[in-house]
Amino acid sequence: MSEAFSLGENEVLRVVDLEVRFYTYAGVVHAVSGVSFYVKEGEAVALVGETGCGKTVTTRAITRLIESPGRIERGMVLFRRRNKKVVDLLKISDEELREIRGNEIAYVFQDPTSALDPLYTIGFHIHETVTAHKSKISRKETLKYAVELLRKVLIPSPEVRVKNYPHEMSGGMRQRSVIAISLSNMPKLLIADEPTTNLDVTIQAQILDLVRRLQGEFKMGIILITHNLGIVAETANRVYVMYAGKVVEEGLVDQVFYNPQHPYTRLLLRSVPNPLRRIEKLESIPGVVPSLINPPKGCRFHPRCPFATGKCIVEDPPGFDIEKDHKTFCWLLEKR
Amino acid sequence: MKKYFGVRGSFRKKVKAVDGVSLNIKRGETLGVVGESGCGKSTLGKTILRLLDPTSGKVIFESRDVTKVKGGALREYWRNAQMVFQDPHTSLDPRMTIASTLLEPIRQFKIDVGDEEEFLVKQMEVVGLGREHLYRYPHELSGGQKQRVAILRAIITRPKFIVLDEPTSSLDVSVQAQILELLKDLQKKFNLTYLFISHDIAVVKYMSNRMAVMYLGKVVELGPADTVFESPQHPYTQFLLAAVPVPDPNITRSRKKMLIQGEPPSPINPPPGCRFHPRCPHAMDICKRSEPPLAMIGNSHCVYCWLYAKK
Amino acid sequence: MLVYRIFKSLIWLYAGLRERVSPGWMQKNSSRIREWELMAYAYSKSPVGVLGGTMVFVVFILAAIGPFISWEPYWEYKIIYDESLRYQPPCLPPWCTDRPIFGTDEWGRDVAAMSLYGFRISFVISIVVVLLGAPLGIVLGLIAGYKGGIVDEIVMRVTDIFLAFPGLVLAIAFASVLPHRIRGFLEENVVARTVLSALFGLREKEYGQLAALISIWFAMVIVWWPGYARIIRGSVLSVREMPFIEAAKLSGLSTWSILFKHILPNVLSPVIVMMTFDIATATLFAAALSFLGLGPQEPVPELGFLISKAGQFFPERSTHVVVYLGLILLTMALGWNLLGDALRDILDPRTRRAIEYREEKEKKG
Repeated sequence: MSEAFSLGENEVLRVVDLEVRFYTYAGVVHAVSGVSFYVKEGEAVALVGETGCGKTVTTRAITRLIESPGRIERGMVLFRRRNKKVVDLLKISDEELREIRGNEIAYVFQDPTSALDPLYTIGFHIHETVTAHKSKISRKETLKYAVELLRKVLIPSPEVRVKNYPHEMSGGMRQRSVIAISLSNMPKLLIADEPTTNLDVTIQAQILDLVRRLQGEFKMGIILITHNLGIVAETANRVYVMYAGKVVEEGLVDQVFYNPQHPYTRLLLRSVPNPLRRIEKLESIPGVVPSLINPPKGCRFHPRCPFATGKCIVEDPPGFDIEKDHKTFCWLLEKR
Repeated sequence: MKKYFGVRGSFRKKVKAVDGVSLNIKRGETLGVVGESGCGKSTLGKTILRLLDPTSGKVIFESRDVTKVKGGALREYWRNAQMVFQDPHTSLDPRMTIASTLLEPIRQFKIDVGDEEEFLVKQMEVVGLGREHLYRYPHELSGGQKQRVAILRAIITRPKFIVLDEPTSSLDVSVQAQILELLKDLQKKFNLTYLFISHDIAVVKYMSNRMAVMYLGKVVELGPADTVFESPQHPYTQFLLAAVPVPDPNITRSRKKMLIQGEPPSPINPPPGCRFHPRCPHAMDICKRSEPPLAMIGNSHCVYCWLYAKK
Repeated sequence: MLVYRIFKSLIWLYAGLRERVSPGWMQKNSSRIREWELMAYAYSKSPVGVLGGTMVFVVFILAAIGPFISWEPYWEYKIIYDESLRYQPPCLPPWCTDRPIFGTDEWGRDVAAMSLYGFRISFVISIVVVLLGAPLGIVLGLIAGYKGGIVDEIVMRVTDIFLAFPGLVLAIAFASVLPHRIRGFLEENVVARTVLSALFGLREKEYGQLAALISIWFAMVIVWWPGYARIIRGSVLSVREMPFIEAAKLSGLSTWSILFKHILPNVLSPVIVMMTFDIATATLFAAALSFLGLGPQEPVPELGFLISKAGQFFPERSTHVVVYLGLILLTMALGWNLLGDALRDILDPRTRRAIEYREEKEKKG
């Protein structure tokens, strides 16, 4: 168990037993309950789940971006900084956290339009991000750097585009600009929250391809949040399937897609229309996602699980190893 | 048979949202329309239903020209042609109970149903809802339930034709499956004809018999869904299909990577000739000058591309 | 809690009656009843709202029964008999018992008794101005917002013109022409005379002054509707794009049906709030116009007019009149303002949702 409390050699981030609750008028929402995962250098990890599963809250909690009425109740977020020092992001001082945010950990969100200030050019955004962390750089230098960044994200005529305002660009270009800005300080970890959901399929393909290449080039760790299993298959190395605030299955991409063990994962994979296979009928998961104000006791999936046993109703299942790197949180695996 | 000839719809600043689209939809089939944002698919759906008025062209429903009808004739058309909208959270009046929303088309079209409440309960069962939902407000229902209500509203007058504009795009994946299966069941049960519009090709392929691909206001390829998917002829279709993320890691790894260049041009100033030519790797001289004609591949699959036009 | 219980009993009383009339009504409207309960709860939780509501309620009662319970008729000029009765200062028992508690006005009438008439006049005029002006503005706003295009342009330009109108100037202009005409009308038309006099709590004999009152009434209505038109038009512009409106079109609803069945209910909340604030403003504006002499003259005890008369002897002899009547106007306006504030929170479904959950939590203990 002690390995869970320290950072492996080539790990960039390790989240241990994260718990986030929201104290709302309706009651206490257990948004994230005991989530643990890790990201290695240069690998892309996907957090998959439907709305309400807690994936976004988890990634916001990593850099303490949770505002009242939310509260990070417990957990550790171990992060290896550029200077090789390992820190717990939940415990360090605000100034140190600010040094890290935007610099060593960068975010890309779903809506590029709201991530960009319409009053400033793209070049200025990059300038701002860079100078926030490195004070002695001239405007001319950051301009040159910005052009290079835009070129890297495949924006045509970057020398022209660097002087554009957000509204002068299309959605795809805006998202690429946001990626460029987030890369400006060469972060060790990039957190992308549904970065292509609002974009067209063909643009999405371009962006995903871009992200993959940059990941290799910069040797960044990437956390990709999505509900789209196709994107996961294309981009991720490892997958964490989340449901109702918990991780239900984790493993390498091939393992989760070709050997899913958790009933939710299986049903989820069968409910997505795969155009390359002839499907007679789509499986659907009966019922609805439970309210997290009073989450069901025991396994949170049991009300909808076709294989629920008596034990599932009462006790929350721990992780069971299926194969190396592949684990699931389900009582069905106990016998094996 | 429903036919739609050369529908052309545009807005004030002369955006050629839908430019010369001709389609046939056969009774009982599902015609899927795929395309990205700005391709005009939503506009097409709304124009066919006369929510927007076509600038030119005709809409023919069951051998009747409904392009310009008004008043009673238009209402008669709507009794037989309805729509399911994308976002269930805004397609139901938040101030009306489910029952009131459902009764509205019944009352408007003066359909005699006997005891209204019993009628509604029976109808709700058809889409998997119960009596307890009848007098609730939309905000008390989940997204999936709301969409069921929207679907029920569309079929409650027993229309023959339904336009489905991205009916599952706002829903969670697991709920989407439920709704798609429901739509299929209803189609069989009531012998409905669907126009299924979506940007999600996987869903369109699953639901449709035939599929049309739109780009910048024009149809570029049309044919049986499986055929178009397995052997896309138009370069845009090929890019589009190659871009779809497939939930199967082996396939995505071994797939040939085809990335489209550039950005889609704005529909205000479409490029001359074939609209796709600035981004097409096979663009020839003639593509820049004139719009490509229809070319048949097999007897039900057609493409609008100079690569296939016979001299 | 008491307030909540009062409202809850009212709601269930109403529900019970409806149920009697048409059995099954309660079940069909259980969601609506729940909404009302929640609104009542939200209201009862707002001290400001309850205070405002109580003030309005008290004013309403006083306005309703004032003219009947006033112990001094307003048409008697007491000073004709006794000059010393003019502007007698207030006199509180037990130190002083021979004079009216709040003093007398210019004609020796008990100020408190006069204010009872004043309540009725101010209340009626403010409510009716808003109740007439709002629908006019609402309908025009609905049409302009929904139709768009040239209709929208025309209606909005007209609205702009009226908005730019200085209400005061208009009232002055009207005051020189209208009262005369209206007076003539009232002379001939007995029904109108009876009804309007009763409405304002005046004697029919004063129809001349009534004419002046009606004239400022007109002036106010004309200036009052444009605000509503604008507010409604803005809301309509956003609501008309909603899919449920398109769905209503597809159900074959006519434009008017869509406007009144679908669009109006969804844009009404801000309007209701605006109306309560407006009633406050109208109360004060009407008083101001009377203060300037554009409204009814003696003997009609319109609050603004009385203050204006007292102004001549202020502050040596008539402070008590000014202060007392001023406070009355303040109370009337403040009550509506506070109520409006609370209504704004209640009618906004988002803030109401928050209060809703609090109620459920409280219920669970």
